[in-house]
Amino acid sequence: MHGFFETDILSDMQKPFYVKVLLVVTLLLGINAFAQEKDHSSSEEKGSLKTEIKEFIDHHLLDSHDFTLFTIDEEKNEHVGFPLPVILWDNGLKVFSSSKFHHGESVAEVDGNYYALYHGKIVKTDAEGTINYDEDHHVTNVKPLDFSITKNVVFIFLVSALMLFLFGRMAKSYKTSSMPKGIGRLLEPIILYIRDDIAIPNIGEKHYKKYMSYLLTVFFFIWIINLLGLTPLGVNVTNNIAVTFALAILTYLITTFTANKNYWKHIFWMPDVPVFMKIVLAPIELLGTFIKPFSLMIRLYANITAGHVVLMSILGMMFIFKNWIGSPLSFGLAFALSLLELLVAALQAYIFTMLSALYFGSAVEEHHDH
Amino acid sequence: MEKLIEQFSFGLFFWQLLLFIAVLLLLRKFAWKPILDAVEDRESGIKDALAAAENAKKEMQNVTADSERLLQEARVERESMIKEAREMKEKIVTDAKELAQAEADKMIKQAQVAIESEKKAAVADIKNEVATLSLEIAEKVIKGQFSDKAKQMKLVEEMIGDIKLN
Repeated sequence: MHGFFETDILSDMQKPFYVKVLLVVTLLLGINAFAQEKDHSSSEEKGSLKTEIKEFIDHHLLDSHDFTLFTIDEEKNEHVGFPLPVILWDNGLKVFSSSKFHHGESVAEVDGNYYALYHGKIVKTDAEGTINYDEDHHVTNVKPLDFSITKNVVFIFLVSALMLFLFGRMAKSYKTSSMPKGIGRLLEPIILYIRDDIAIPNIGEKHYKKYMSYLLTVFFFIWIINLLGLTPLGVNVTNNIAVTFALAILTYLITTFTANKNYWKHIFWMPDVPVFMKIVLAPIELLGTFIKPFSLMIRLYANITAGHVVLMSILGMMFIFKNWIGSPLSFGLAFALSLLELLVAALQAYIFTMLSALYFGSAVEEHHDH
Repeated sequence: MEKLIEQFSFGLFFWQLLLFIAVLLLLRKFAWKPILDAVEDRESGIKDALAAAENAKKEMQNVTADSERLLQEARVERESMIKEAREMKEKIVTDAKELAQAEADKMIKQAQVAIESEKKAAVADIKNEVATLSLEIAEKVIKGQFSDKAKQMKLVEEMIGDIKLN
């Protein structure tokens, strides 16, 4: 967490109401439980458990270079999972298995270069794995370009394959009959919904077709990957700013490169306002074109991250309470929140698609006199 | 914000962009286009079918109206035919009656003529018979009274006189 809730961006964004409520509830319960348990156990032990949970959540939110299903013993560094390939560009392509890092315990030596894992990032070190810091406690080690197949990349591959399989099959089923078969029966209403209630109303009957592929792909991609994030594997890809940035930049590029004259005219020379206002509005409007996809990026990232943080905090509280009231209560809360997260998974996909469609619509809007 | 930038993983960005664009292009070719085309085909098919059904309904209504009209016409024709037939029947009956009357009249007249001629013949026969009888009687009388000449003469005269009277 490290206080990113306090950042300027998030306060501007629509932080979901439930997150606020649940944070308050979490705090209250936490204080209460802490007060009750004070007599029985030392607060020192409690503190270490809390730190452990916090670290676990932090770790969960990060991408990782190996696919760890669960940890047997943190002290002995025993994990169940499998290593993933590491691909680095550091004066040439370097490919090796992440098992060389031993879950960050040791330094990997490849072609005479030494690499170490520092908070999930690969940094170049010497043979002893020395990490150098500057006065602001930033790492000064060289970070090579990292194209590794990380846990998140594996899941992006999986979702891509799943989508190709599902929709490829669905498309094939239309060859034999005009009605969908199997999974297509579930997916067709969603596809029709995106066409009839997102694309056509926002973009218009005339232009919507060329955007359909993007809208459908982005909707199903976000939805499926959000749902996978709620499985016990708990790989939440969309809480990576890099992923949401990639999606947002596509929306931005499509908007920019399909925009018509009318769109640019409204940005640089707003019609029907005084010349002075035109000059004032131009930079604001231009900035707006960047802010729109930027808000898409932050919204998806923040919602999914917040959901996961709160869900895991509540789950973690179970181990802090260790009594007959707190633990079932936090379990119930976690259960209710999981259900809510199922909704959020679809909702965020919907919002991303909807707003993308809205931006595309403004890009191809025909000129009309005011 | 600083943390976000620090966390930013270029590798993940690269893979996400690459895979997403690949999936987008593949799905566009192999899934979205066929699916949307199929759905559109089906929708236009349904629209056409509905329009065709509407047309068929209209046509059906026209046909019904036509048959109704034909039926009406046929009914009128039948009425007129029946009427005609009745008139014809009456005419035939009247004609037949007249003809029969005429025939009957003719036959009666013929019968009358025949009766008349028969009567005349009969009268003539009777006359002849009477004459014959008279002659026979006269012969007998003559034979009986022939002995008395005077009487005979008187008788002859009387007889002749009777005949003339007749």
